[in-house]
Parts: sequence; structure tokens; C-alpha cells
Amino acid sequence: MESNFNLNGKIAMVTGSAGGIGWATAKKLASFGATVILNDLKSQELLEVRKEELKKEFNCDAEAFQFDVGNFDSVQNTYNEIFKKYKRLDILVNNAGVLFDNLVGMIRKQDVEQTFSTNTNGVIYNLQFAARLMQRNKSGSIINIASIVGRVGNEGQVVYGGSKAAVIGITLSAARELAPKNIRVNAIAPGFIKTDLIKFLSKDIYSQRLDSVKMKRIGQPEDVANAVLFLASDLSTYITGQVIGVDGGMIM
Amino acid sequence: MDNIEKLKNIFVESLEIKPNTVNDELSYGSASWDSIAHLALVASIEMEFDIMLSSDDVIDMSSFKKAKEILGKHGIQF
Repeated sequence: MESNFNLNGKIAMVTGSAGGIGWATAKKLASFGATVILNDLKSQELLEVRKEELKKEFNCDAEAFQFDVGNFDSVQNTYNEIFKKYKRLDILVNNAGVLFDNLVGMIRKQDVEQTFSTNTNGVIYNLQFAARLMQRNKSGSIINIASIVGRVGNEGQVVYGGSKAAVIGITLSAARELAPKNIRVNAIAPGFIKTDLIKFLSKDIYSQRLDSVKMKRIGQPEDVANAVLFLASDLSTYITGQVIGVDGGMIM
Repeated sequence: MDNIEKLKNIFVESLEIKPNTVNDELSYGSASWDSIAHLALVASIEMEFDIMLSSDDVIDMSSFKKAKEILGKHGIQF
């Protein structure tokens, strides 16, 4: 029986996909047949390694672009390249993000600017160009990775929480605007997930966060990737403008 | 069909106007050429001529005449 998660022939862009949730998502989409376009800011070498890993493991086509999602011109140039090579885009996962924890009174201007540039502006830029490619085929799915912090807040995360709340606002408005073009826009709000973003947490904070998860385990990047797969697939064709928590019943 | 006819047809269909009203003076804001129609127009132009316009091009495409100029930058001859 053919899987309802079948993504054969679909072209998917995953931002921030050299590691963590992005990489787990890239592998998940590739494993169901999608051609995956990787992106990260840090290292073209790492991206090339990741690209070859995808091709080898899943026997799929893959592409990689190193660029800053918060740089409008870089994003535009990348989507031009996608258009030239593939002529279409079916799935966008806006995953790239940065995190700087600071208490009110100790928030630096540069941290605010970088956080919003990557976490918020980057989502808008990618969404805009992706939607223009998607509307040619009158179909597409955009999945924005928000955060539980954007829904309920957290101490020390005024900046991060603000940027992620904005991602939810973007999702809700874009979903309304793009629905007539059959482009769906949803968000995922991960809770406490094992990624590089939490590796600097003290033992005490780590324990506190874990205690707040009702399932009593930290989430894995694959838990988020599974939700992305659902929203990217044809199993969710009537779902738009939703924010799905992937948090193990976390209460903050 | 030559390129000018292709472009005129796109304007007629996207803006739902009569062919004899498509001329160089036709501009954004006139008749049914509003923001929603503009995006449909852009999508149709991109598909017909197999190009991807820049965001500046999309915003600057404020008349039929301007559309021809912008397409000229992409190698479309009229």
C-alpha cells in the first residue's frame, strides 16, 4: 500500500538544517521521497557533507545553500537558484533560529537584532519567496518552527519569546492570505528538545525544565520532524493556520 | 503568438479587462488592477515567460509599459 506520507517528486527547503531539528527534519522528508534543499549559515563544508549523507542514505536528490536567512538579498538569490534548477517548491520548513538568554536589564541590542533577524525576518523572507514559487502549482505547505516560549513565555527569554511569538503571528496571517492559493501555513511549537540550543543550560535549569515535562523525558529532534512530516504530507491537506505543540505535555 | 500578444493576453485575463484597454497607459490602480490582481498578474507573467521576478520588479511593475521594460531585463524581446 502506498504511504499517505509519500513525498515523491516534492521539493522541500529546510532552513537551518545542518544539525538538530533541521537535520532530523531533512532526513525525515528525504526518507519519504522528497528532494531536500539544505541551508545553514555556519559552514558550506558541513552542508556538503550533509548533502552527500542524504543522497547516499536515501538515494534522493539534494542541494545545499549557505546563506543568512535574515539577509533579504541572499534569500532572494537562493530562491532564484531553486527556480532555475527545480522550477517549483512544494514544502518550506522555516527552522533556522538563534537563542540568547538574558534577563531584562541585561539584554544587548545586538542580541535583539540578531535574534529577530534570524528567527522572525528570516521566516518572512523565506515564506514570501517560497509562496511565489508554490502559487505556480497552486499548492504548497509552509511549516514554521516556533516555540512553546512564543506561546506562554519564559524567564530570561524576552527576546527569544518575542521572536517566536512573532512567528506564530506570521503563521496565522499568512495562512489566511495564502489559503485561496491552496498554500497551507502552520507552525510547530516545540517544548524541551535535545538540541545545541540547550547544551549551555546549567544542571539545575535542565532539571527544572525536565520536571515541567509531563511525559518525563526530553523531546528528540525526531519528535519534531515527525510533526513536520505530517504537516508536509497530503494527510494534512485541510489543515492551515494551526500551531501544534510538540512538548510532551510541558507546562512552563 | 508573439510576446506582446502573450503579455496583453495575461493582462486581459488577470485583470479581467477588454483587450482594447491594454495599452502603455494602463497602470496599477486603474480599472481592476489592485494588489490581489497584481500578484495574479505577476504569477501569470512568471509562468508564461518562465522567469522569476525580483521583489523590486514586482513592486516596480506599475504599468503595462513598465512591465515590458522589466521583462526586457530578463531577455524578453517586444
